[in-house]
Amino acid sequence: MEPHPRTAHGALRGASFESPSIDAVGVEERVARLCSRSIKKEAKLQALHLTLSMIDLTTLEGADSEGKVRQLCAKALQLHAALPDLPHVAAVCVYPALVGVAKRALEGSGIHVASVATSFPAGQAPLEIKLLEVKRAVEAGADEVDMVISRGRFLAGDYACTADEIASVKEACGDAHLKVILETGELGALDAIRRASDLAMRSGADFIKTSTGKIKPAATMPVVLVMLEAIRDHYLRTGRRIGMKPAGGIGAAKDAIRHLVMVRETLGQDWLDPDLYRFGASSLANDVLRQIVKQRSGIYQSFDDFSM
Amino acid sequence: MATGLGSFTVTCQCRTVSTGGRRAQASGAGRHGLERIESCRRGGQTAESEHAGQGTTLSESRAVAAAKRLPVLKTHKVYVDGKFPRSESGRFDRALAPDGTPLANVCRCSRKDVRDAVTAARAAQAGWAARTAYNRGQILYRIAEMLEGRSAQFEALLAAGNATPDEAAAEVQAATDRLVHYAGWTDKYGQVFSSVNPVASSHFNFSILEPTGVVGVLAPESPLLGLVSATAPAIAGGNTTVVLVTGSQPLPAVTFGEVLNSSDVPGGVVNILTGRREEMLAPLAAHRDVDALVLCTADPDVARSAEIEAVHNLKRVAVRPHEDWTNVQSPYEIADLQEVKTTWHPIGS
Repeated sequence: MEPHPRTAHGALRGASFESPSIDAVGVEERVARLCSRSIKKEAKLQALHLTLSMIDLTTLEGADSEGKVRQLCAKALQLHAALPDLPHVAAVCVYPALVGVAKRALEGSGIHVASVATSFPAGQAPLEIKLLEVKRAVEAGADEVDMVISRGRFLAGDYACTADEIASVKEACGDAHLKVILETGELGALDAIRRASDLAMRSGADFIKTSTGKIKPAATMPVVLVMLEAIRDHYLRTGRRIGMKPAGGIGAAKDAIRHLVMVRETLGQDWLDPDLYRFGASSLANDVLRQIVKQRSGIYQSFDDFSM
Repeated sequence: MATGLGSFTVTCQCRTVSTGGRRAQASGAGRHGLERIESCRRGGQTAESEHAGQGTTLSESRAVAAAKRLPVLKTHKVYVDGKFPRSESGRFDRALAPDGTPLANVCRCSRKDVRDAVTAARAAQAGWAARTAYNRGQILYRIAEMLEGRSAQFEALLAAGNATPDEAAAEVQAATDRLVHYAGWTDKYGQVFSSVNPVASSHFNFSILEPTGVVGVLAPESPLLGLVSATAPAIAGGNTTVVLVTGSQPLPAVTFGEVLNSSDVPGGVVNILTGRREEMLAPLAAHRDVDALVLCTADPDVARSAEIEAVHNLKRVAVRPHEDWTNVQSPYEIADLQEVKTTWHPIGS
């Protein structure tokens, strides 16, 4: 029988570094403390605006059509007609086949086009096919590429393979930013999530991202905290700022504000920027808009009043 | 075991402050300790009045038994989304008997509780409207069955207010019968109010009713019959409701939530909040996700100010100024909370 890949000190077979093991109870407690912050009035409004500017407006369905993507881009360009002074979202995230459509629709707006690639969401395809997919997405105009790691390989302890894969995808990306999706819902323990974060950052990721959105649980607060701490440690070690993108399961403005508090407290003010923090979400924008209108008018809003 | 320790401490407090035959609250987290101690301090009166209301005189032997045991005092909470939470504000008001005797603590809900209740009602609305009319009727009848089974408890609660035992019994019976009345109408009002309309073109033209959506109800002073009479037609017609109980007798309404919860009524279809009208009515009336208001108030100023708030999304508003709810039942009460959909269906000439 194969020995368990982890030794007593948390060192890993096949990995050239050690990741610290995570105190799950401590993480829960820290998250609970951070979630108890009360953000109201002007601060809340500011946080809501910041949240909007950090959203990757996403559609990743089998049924996505050119029309659906154009509709999403129209939404990205004008979030709410009644509030023309809102910031625009950070990016629109689509499948590679629809990158061209999004690129044309968003031309000159400053909104990035992000594309998932590498056989999203399962990542179960040969490497050359994954790399070709990345290249095609970048050629079509993707400014950002969201790749998935091969969770099967990672969980089997084949860290070298995972690292090589990320490095080759990074190379295939060229100038496009690379976000590495860990799919934390499939990694299990927080220790594995920390290890995958470290691995991705050392292999060339510009962003690390929690989830595909296809698996539950997705971006839970403890998972995000562990990843933020990995980013902090990486920054302290190398001086390189890695971005963070929680995705999936953040549908409420209140949750988004809690995430911002956690980022501020873990990584500092620098990361409160769309260049270093993103929300991958399809329904978050409308809840944020609802809260902004509520904050300005004093009247509770209905989802019926906001475009799809 | 911090929680266990907390509740143990509270229990000890109860035993210290209460004297012979008093009720005590032994469970719960330490955080609510103060309220619970408060509950225990006034527990004696509650015990006596409830026993009196049930028409039970404590015999000598029962008095001895009662002295040996601390009765369990009920925590009255609100009913939202099929659950019984406390107010998010943590505040409570004291329900008083007509002579000023404290009866119990009830939640004093805030506008955020209103917001949460509307969210629950909205989430439940499509599913409730999609039930067959027959099934809604079955469920309304089930509420009546459950109310009938707990009639003694409701009579006691009403008698602790200002009703005589006869009046209390009559009110519980009338409320039960009212539920049966609307249970019968669920699969019939459609036939009565729908129509096939003659038109001068090659169309088959018909109008049918559809539920308005989420209905905010300002419950009347009448603690049970009025509450049932205002709420039942709304849910009979496939709407979901947020009911504000702001009268001087909230306890029957809170307990009615328990009846609903054991009657196959899906969570969120009826949400019952207790508190103060001036805090809750304006946010509910202005809320853009509420489609209609039923204002059970005889005060024209209250109705007018709520109607002004209701203009934001053109809510349907029904004002019910009744003080005596004995005869307030009719299918028109259902139709008031319905929208008419007219369809033009092309046919050959």
